[in-house]
Amino acid sequence: MTVNLKSPGVLARLRQSDLWWSFTHQRSAVFAAVLLTVLIVSAFTAPLYAPQNPFDPAQLELWNAEIPPIWLEGGQWPYLLGTDTQGRDILSAILYGSRISILIGIASVVFALVIGIGTGLVAGYYGGFVENALMRVGDILLSIPTILIAILVSAIVRELLPPNLREIGAGAVLVLAIVLSGWVQYARTVRAQTAVERRKEYVQAAQLLKVPARRIMFSHILPNTLTPILVAATLNFGMAILTEATLSFLGIGMPPSQPSLGTLIRIGNQFLFSGMWWIVLFPVLQLCLLVVSVNLLGDWLRDALNPKLR
Amino acid sequence: MTFKTTLLAGVAFACLATAGSAQTLRWGAARDINSLDSYSYGSTFTISFLNHVYEGLVRYNSDLEIEPALATEWEVLPNNVWRFKLRQGVKFHDGAEFTADDVVTSLTRVSHPDSPLKGNLPAYKSATKVDDYTVDIELVGTYPLLLNDLTNIHIFDAGWLKEHNAELPTDVAKKVEGYPTFNANGTGPFIVESRVPDSKTILVANEGWWDEAQHNLKRIEFTPIASEATRVAALLSGEIDFTEKAPVQDLPRLAAAPNVKVMEGNELRTIMFGFNFQDKLHNGEPNLFKEKKMREAVGLAIDLNLIRDKVMRGKSRVTGTVVAPAIPGYDAALDTPPVYDPEKAAAMIKELGAEGYAFEIMCSNDLWVNEEEICNALVSMLTRVGLAPRLNIAPNAVQQVKLTNGEADMFAFGWANEPMLDSYSILLQTFQTKSDNAGVFNWGGWSYPEMDKLIIAASTELDREKRLAMQSAALKIVKDESIMLPFHQQPMAWATSDKVETVVQLSDNKGRHWLTRMAE
Amino acid sequence: MIVFLIKRLANAALVMLVVALMAFMIFRFVGDPIQLMVNEQTTQAERDALRERLGLNESVAMQYLRFVGNAVQGDFGISYRNQQEVMSLIAERFPATIELVLMATFISLVVGVPLGVITAIHRGKWYSEGLQFLSIIGVSLPSFVIGILLILVFSVMLNIAPAFGRGDVVSIGWWTTGLLTPSGRAALILPSIALSFYQITLVMRLVRAEMLEVLRADFIKFARARGVPTWRVHYSHALRNCLMPVVTMTAMNIGALIAFALITETVFQWPGMGLLFIQAVTFVDIPVMAAYLCIVSFIFVALNTLVDITYALIDPRLRNAKA
Repeated sequence: MTVNLKSPGVLARLRQSDLWWSFTHQRSAVFAAVLLTVLIVSAFTAPLYAPQNPFDPAQLELWNAEIPPIWLEGGQWPYLLGTDTQGRDILSAILYGSRISILIGIASVVFALVIGIGTGLVAGYYGGFVENALMRVGDILLSIPTILIAILVSAIVRELLPPNLREIGAGAVLVLAIVLSGWVQYARTVRAQTAVERRKEYVQAAQLLKVPARRIMFSHILPNTLTPILVAATLNFGMAILTEATLSFLGIGMPPSQPSLGTLIRIGNQFLFSGMWWIVLFPVLQLCLLVVSVNLLGDWLRDALNPKLR
Repeated sequence: MTFKTTLLAGVAFACLATAGSAQTLRWGAARDINSLDSYSYGSTFTISFLNHVYEGLVRYNSDLEIEPALATEWEVLPNNVWRFKLRQGVKFHDGAEFTADDVVTSLTRVSHPDSPLKGNLPAYKSATKVDDYTVDIELVGTYPLLLNDLTNIHIFDAGWLKEHNAELPTDVAKKVEGYPTFNANGTGPFIVESRVPDSKTILVANEGWWDEAQHNLKRIEFTPIASEATRVAALLSGEIDFTEKAPVQDLPRLAAAPNVKVMEGNELRTIMFGFNFQDKLHNGEPNLFKEKKMREAVGLAIDLNLIRDKVMRGKSRVTGTVVAPAIPGYDAALDTPPVYDPEKAAAMIKELGAEGYAFEIMCSNDLWVNEEEICNALVSMLTRVGLAPRLNIAPNAVQQVKLTNGEADMFAFGWANEPMLDSYSILLQTFQTKSDNAGVFNWGGWSYPEMDKLIIAASTELDREKRLAMQSAALKIVKDESIMLPFHQQPMAWATSDKVETVVQLSDNKGRHWLTRMAE
Repeated sequence: MIVFLIKRLANAALVMLVVALMAFMIFRFVGDPIQLMVNEQTTQAERDALRERLGLNESVAMQYLRFVGNAVQGDFGISYRNQQEVMSLIAERFPATIELVLMATFISLVVGVPLGVITAIHRGKWYSEGLQFLSIIGVSLPSFVIGILLILVFSVMLNIAPAFGRGDVVSIGWWTTGLLTPSGRAALILPSIALSFYQITLVMRLVRAEMLEVLRADFIKFARARGVPTWRVHYSHALRNCLMPVVTMTAMNIGALIAFALITETVFQWPGMGLLFIQAVTFVDIPVMAAYLCIVSFIFVALNTLVDITYALIDPRLRNAKA
């Protein structure tokens, strides 16, 4: 009998892992993953099949305004979910809007991770004054409610930008605002973990071997700190989308010329009582589906990776 | 869940007691007033609200004709002096007697060089007390419209102003006390009980008013509700009794509701768009709007009928001239809007080399009816003919500063010709070249000497026919040169709860609650 | 112990100074205060005089110190929009927000704790799973959507509760309360429910997690073995041990709720500090923005410090830990 000595490839290992087992046996996780994939893919492939690019003012026809969804009387092809008061197709609007919401969410989480992990690693590894200073900064940011930081940064940076950059820069400003309020928790977790790992023998061995600090931090310590970060990042992705939606709803987020889901809800809210419920309902549904699927996945991930519950 | 049901039931009982008491009018407005000091902002809405608290020497009656108010009679004397006999036995809300001193102090205050309202009294020179109940007002020249101007100049109590260091117009920079901004003391049918800015202003009936009260209100609770959806919800659920700006898109639903009444009409205010006439745009690029052809092209690119049908839900009145038909000086010959022709517009733009021309359209989101939507539609239409406009939209308080500083390339504008109710108003304040007393609202910085001559001549012409003819000629220049592109007269829509029995709506869209009666 | 106290207080003071610095920078460097305060007829000479009088020609450090000095006394200047003192504006609105937040906290505890207990005790049952699913929905819905839906259903369709405003309020000294009038109480209902949603799910999950932990503990098994009735085991023994973290989290979240209330206040036009802040942002009323930042942060920091100190008083192990 021959013994297969080759170690299994990544994919095989993944499929055999506890994680995968837990995933496939949790209906809500599978459902959430499928839903999220559908939402993301449909949003990013929208230019291929959407009836209209709702961001291009030249494509908006005012005489197509206020058409109800196609299954109601007065509905018209290709406006499956109806149009708003500017003639914007709702389906196209929520697809393009989701794209913006998702992009801002991903960008916020990625940048927050980069800054947070970087700061946490450096603080935990070097300790002493550096650690103190960095953590103080974090403490101070944590003393201000996140929504407040987001609103202030958003409002102030926009004031400081010259007028022609304001609309284009709106997305970047939002990302900045959410990142500034979000990086601290990663930094804290990573710092705590790093401080623990730093004292372990494998790190001390690497230091003796004169492995550069950067390499120790990223290749050795970081992988061991990833688990709680991953969970937090997934849940924060949902929070980032909600924060962006809230800021846009309050009027300091994405402008109507590049509407995100929050902006669409704000615009649609005005017409709630005039019978044109489709203008607000569909963006709301889309937003909820998006965030619910992200949160379900995050919940599952947290339970799956939680050593106490295994 | 049982807890919640009990809670809701309890709330239901509590709510039965919250229906407003019979003679309190709960007014849910689209925006707050700027101040209790009617001299501090040239805002028609603020002044119309303060008409409940303060009064002028004369006022408009329900047929929009001028009748005596605090003055009982007047005559024109030689040397451009108008002599007014004042009403006796009138008391201010704090008990002080109304005398000629109050008129002189008020007029001095409003015409002070620092007063934001000085453009509303353009021909004023000085006021002198003849005796306790007679005042002489001297004008700079013959001027036919003094009475129209005086309807909106409110009279303050001289002693009260003096006591609170408010004889000069409020000026934060000079540390002049802003006492009248938060406190009021007038002669009118209602007294200000309290004011919390952006929250609630409460008026109570003035039992000692000199005129006969035709209303039966004890209280008016004025609450700004900026969100249209909330305002509509409040009407439908009976939490407010009156709004002066029911959203156009919700009118069918409001009309269908059994407890709400809707009153619609077209008001005097004309909405138009103006252009920057300076050498450069706000971003420093050369300004193509100085060319008449460019402005004409923009005019041809706009489908006014579509905006009326879709954005204004068919409720506005498309117009080709900048004054409403009810205004003296309206010329039907000028009321011919340009015919929508996007191909011609695109061709003209190409000729001018303006394809892809980037500029900014400045609008407010809380001023005119559906302004944001009109501006969005405008951006769409102009993009389609080859231009690249960008929309700059914010609350009016933010935009106002930029507009008066001439920072807008193309801007939304509205003018009702109030309180003068004569086309001279818009010609003087908007189209005349900017100078000390004229062109206060000339935000684009245009200047047409021939038009100025006509306007100045009209200001001293006492023969009404001749004067209106000169004003028409001036308006013709406005139209030929496309200085502003008129869109429509705004729809006005009031909505009342079923507790309101009668309310008077005139085409000047001003609430006149001293005539309102509620169900007992 | 004293050392710990001093350390925590010093920490809090440092944080507040930095927050004040940020507020100060907003104040001075975003927009020209002179430009925003005068009308266009003011001459250059008058502008210079105003600049001198407001102390804008002094060094940045001096201005900052003056700002902090004023802030500590509660003087944040004059609102650009209302021309009223900022502190009095905020003081007017403060009771509204606090009543809303306290009501929401109360609801979240009253609803969240029992629900958390149910999902812990009856783990695995369908209604438990259902509640958990609902809690995820609750966390995923943005606060303003919940507000809009509540208005639509309860105010417009069913006409049970008011959609906006605070109803009639009664003044007691400087405080205004809506709890003493029927219209005030009615107006409080929908906004506090909307605000409490997120908090309910947090409380529910926390109670559930804590209960699950506690239920595995030895003393619970012992109590059961002794024959203590199940309900007593659950409520008297288990629940009591869970309440501490719940109360802690709730207390620390009050600061966050105050900030979050601004969304609810916007939807319901609730005249609190949050709505004032949003209006200030829209109108670029810098003094109000800076003051709100300082005050809300102060509440946040104060609450956290208080909780920390209280914990240390109760649990001696924490006193000697690094601050």
